[in-house]
Amino acid sequence: MHYLNELGKYSSLLYQALRSSTEFSTYRKNLFQELVKVGYDSVPIIMLTGIFTGSVMTLQSAYQLQSAFIPLSTIGAIVSESILIELAAVISSLVLAGKVGARVATELGTMRVSEQIDALESMGFNSVSFLVVPRVLAGILMFPVLYIVASVFGIAGGVAAGFFSGQVPPADFLQGARMYFYPWNVIFGFVKMIVFGFIITSVSCYKGYFARGGAEGVGKSTTDATVLGCILVLLADFLLAALLL
Amino acid sequence: MIEIQQLKKSFGDLLVWEDVSFNIHDGETMAIIGRSGCGKSVLLKHINALLEPDSGKVLIDGSNIFEFDYVDKRIMRQKFGVLFQGSALFDSINTFENVAFPLRYFTNQTEAEIRDNVMQSLEYVNLENAADKETSELSGGMRKRVGIARAIVLKPEYIMYDEPTSGLDPKTADEINELINSMTDTLDITSIVVTHDMHSVLEVADKVAFLDEGKLSWTGAVEDMKSSDHRELISFIKASEYQI
Repeated sequence: MHYLNELGKYSSLLYQALRSSTEFSTYRKNLFQELVKVGYDSVPIIMLTGIFTGSVMTLQSAYQLQSAFIPLSTIGAIVSESILIELAAVISSLVLAGKVGARVATELGTMRVSEQIDALESMGFNSVSFLVVPRVLAGILMFPVLYIVASVFGIAGGVAAGFFSGQVPPADFLQGARMYFYPWNVIFGFVKMIVFGFIITSVSCYKGYFARGGAEGVGKSTTDATVLGCILVLLADFLLAALLL
Repeated sequence: MIEIQQLKKSFGDLLVWEDVSFNIHDGETMAIIGRSGCGKSVLLKHINALLEPDSGKVLIDGSNIFEFDYVDKRIMRQKFGVLFQGSALFDSINTFENVAFPLRYFTNQTEAEIRDNVMQSLEYVNLENAADKETSELSGGMRKRVGIARAIVLKPEYIMYDEPTSGLDPKTADEINELINSMTDTLDITSIVVTHDMHSVLEVADKVAFLDEGKLSWTGAVEDMKSSDHRELISFIKASEYQI
């Protein structure tokens, strides 16, 4: 019953957000700020995530595929395909659930418990349009951009790790990557990131918007937003793979 | 004029209050008093429809605000200025921008006009020198005054004060009381003050509504309150005097 109640409140918030998404003048300024916070500010952590994911994947693949019968280009193919189809999207989203999701839930939760959301409403603002819509839109728009960053730096990290470890020459790595490149995998990655961006930002907005109980309540809403965001990303990853592959 | 008729509110199985009815005439200052947790702030949030009652009406100039659609409610809310208990200043922007906030979104004023209006509001509350301060640099009393400046900047017909003197030292509390009186006189605003500070009630209010045990226990003029023989009200007033 409790979960049905939560689902109902979440759906109601999304419905209000959808209805008020036409009030562009209300959230225009906030949208640009959120695009910067969600996108630009996340680039360094996503670059690092991509580089280390690609590097570790290359070293482990080279370790597991030590055989005279397996060409070195196979490692490039495996690493780049894995990054494009799965790792760039999922690992980045798990990191972003912590970075973006926690920030959004904390901001809105603090605004709720300090009556700033009531203050907005009492001035005549549509607080959902002002606070929720720009954050969710920024997630939907910027997560695919971060997917590109994660993919490029993931493959670059793989090339670098192969070269510096002396196990895979860059030419072999890139030959394998090109040989098994399917544009559909990139489209699939974009679709996943749009869904993950929506899940993480909307769940965080929901948890923050309905936070209660002072500092402890804000802490709980932040933890719930991060944990629930991660679980739903993994669940959505499975469902999208089952539906689209 | 605000007419509150037969209002009832509960959260789940918990009844907050029922059968609450009283009127607030234009230009009056009404104090809503009662013990902590009796639902004073909840009642305040019904007067501009931030909360919906289980039953009953709030009529503003004859119209029931709970029958308004969302857009009309938002327009109605702009008739109200609200000072929240913790001031509810936006901590991501400075004092000037907090006061300018409603002007930027609800008017087409130029930057020069916005500056003039903000500075005029800050002058009302004697904070014209604090315009560039971050909200984190403000004391409790200054935060309340900035909250009042923000509440009056759109020139509302009504101001609602939620515990305006709570957490303040007696001298600053007196300054806030003087400010409330000055707002009422200078700007001809109808005021609703939620408080349990009887000193504040005696300083600012024309009429009093006393909430007790889930109902409106007593309502009347401040002068009548002083001579009332209502047992719970007398007990509440005496407890406040004892604290002083």
